[in-house]
Amino acid sequence: MARLIFTQQLARFTSVPQVDTGADRLRAGLDSAFAINPLLRGYVLDEQGHLRDNVVVFIDGRRSTDRVKLDDPLQPDSTVYILQALSGG
Amino acid sequence: MHDRAYLSTRKGLFELQRTAAGWEPGPLHFLGEPVSVTLADPRDGALYAALNLGHFGVKLHRKDAGSDTWTEIAAPAYPVKPEDSRDSVEWKNKLIWALEAGGADEPGVLWAGTLPGGLFKSRDRGQSWELVRSLWDVPQRAEWFGGGYDTPGIHSICVDPRNSRHLLVGVSCGGVWRTENGGESWTISATGMRADYMPPELNENEAVQDPHRIVRSNGNPDTLWCQHHNGIWRSSDNGHRWDEITGVPLSNFGFAVAAHPHDGGTAWFAPAEADQRRIPVGAAMAVTRTSDGGKSFSALRDGLPQQHCYDLVYRHGLAVSDDGRTVLMASTTGSVWISDNAGDSWQTVSNTMPPVYAVCFG
Repeated sequence: MARLIFTQQLARFTSVPQVDTGADRLRAGLDSAFAINPLLRGYVLDEQGHLRDNVVVFIDGRRSTDRVKLDDPLQPDSTVYILQALSGG
Repeated sequence: MHDRAYLSTRKGLFELQRTAAGWEPGPLHFLGEPVSVTLADPRDGALYAALNLGHFGVKLHRKDAGSDTWTEIAAPAYPVKPEDSRDSVEWKNKLIWALEAGGADEPGVLWAGTLPGGLFKSRDRGQSWELVRSLWDVPQRAEWFGGGYDTPGIHSICVDPRNSRHLLVGVSCGGVWRTENGGESWTISATGMRADYMPPELNENEAVQDPHRIVRSNGNPDTLWCQHHNGIWRSSDNGHRWDEITGVPLSNFGFAVAAHPHDGGTAWFAPAEADQRRIPVGAAMAVTRTSDGGKSFSALRDGLPQQHCYDLVYRHGLAVSDDGRTVLMASTTGSVWISDNAGDSWQTVSNTMPPVYAVCFG
């Protein structure tokens, strides 16, 4: 089961589940987290279903570069971090 | 008479309370988070706060009258953009720039103006929102462009108190639009305005005007005031035609305007030197006020800093209370001033607030 870990920065706004998912693609994995807390979707994705500009996803230490399809493969032992990109000074 | 006011700032929502000693800071909400605009709904006492979280998008919260608890409600969201769309604009809510209550006979109706130019309507106190497609789909939207931000935006929504289905909205930069059927159809309505920033042949193109802010005098609802990029305009026929006000002292450039709630001849402005130098004229803060429909103005300075002052007042940074005498002004460098005598003299509430985006009474 791939493990999804969301930044605790999000806990300021909504509940942040740690999710173990059998999904084999990033979008499906995220959807499994949004099924637990639907409010989380709007914090991670915009209304077009794209990854928000200032959110970044790392899969097994590799930064995901596709922000639209979100079809990066997940392995059964993958660890996925959903973080806020650093900005400002 | 209002005894509370709200400052929407880059680092939270700050309440001000009227006390025997004057206006003082009160409770804070959303400390650390950017609050783009706040609505105090006069119909039911609810407070709405629009957040623009840097990483996590636009959010909307409501606090009901008598409650201490904020609840996150739906934020206006654009529909999925068709794959074959030729629209160069991203259909993504970048900012709630204006938030207004519907008419007194429309409980629960709210209007939201957003970047990149969509107007949204809620019929259920913000539980759900719908993009007003009739305005979003006007062909002239292709001519709109950003003013203040990279994309166009709706910053002014004026409901006619005589008929809630009559609305007027201001777009930077996309002119002025009116509906007389609750938003089913729209007519561009910027006749008389002038855009000096365009090539000469496009100066009077209504769809590229930059009305920085439009406000209605609710007690005299045919009267609307506009602080435009190129000056000050007034309409006395419910926005059908706009007349430029000339002979304005100090400067006719600025962003904010506040209209007297009962007297259509009275309005306040916060002038800045010029487009290319957005500071108070001579680094001395002043408010200009007309009481005769723009024929003459007073420059009001008592209590405002008169040297080394570089504050700028944004579009929504100036408001007048329903008493017509209490005027609140706040700046991008965190100064907050209030007047209890229509601007004749001012009390400094703070010089150390975060940058202020919007002020309102409630």
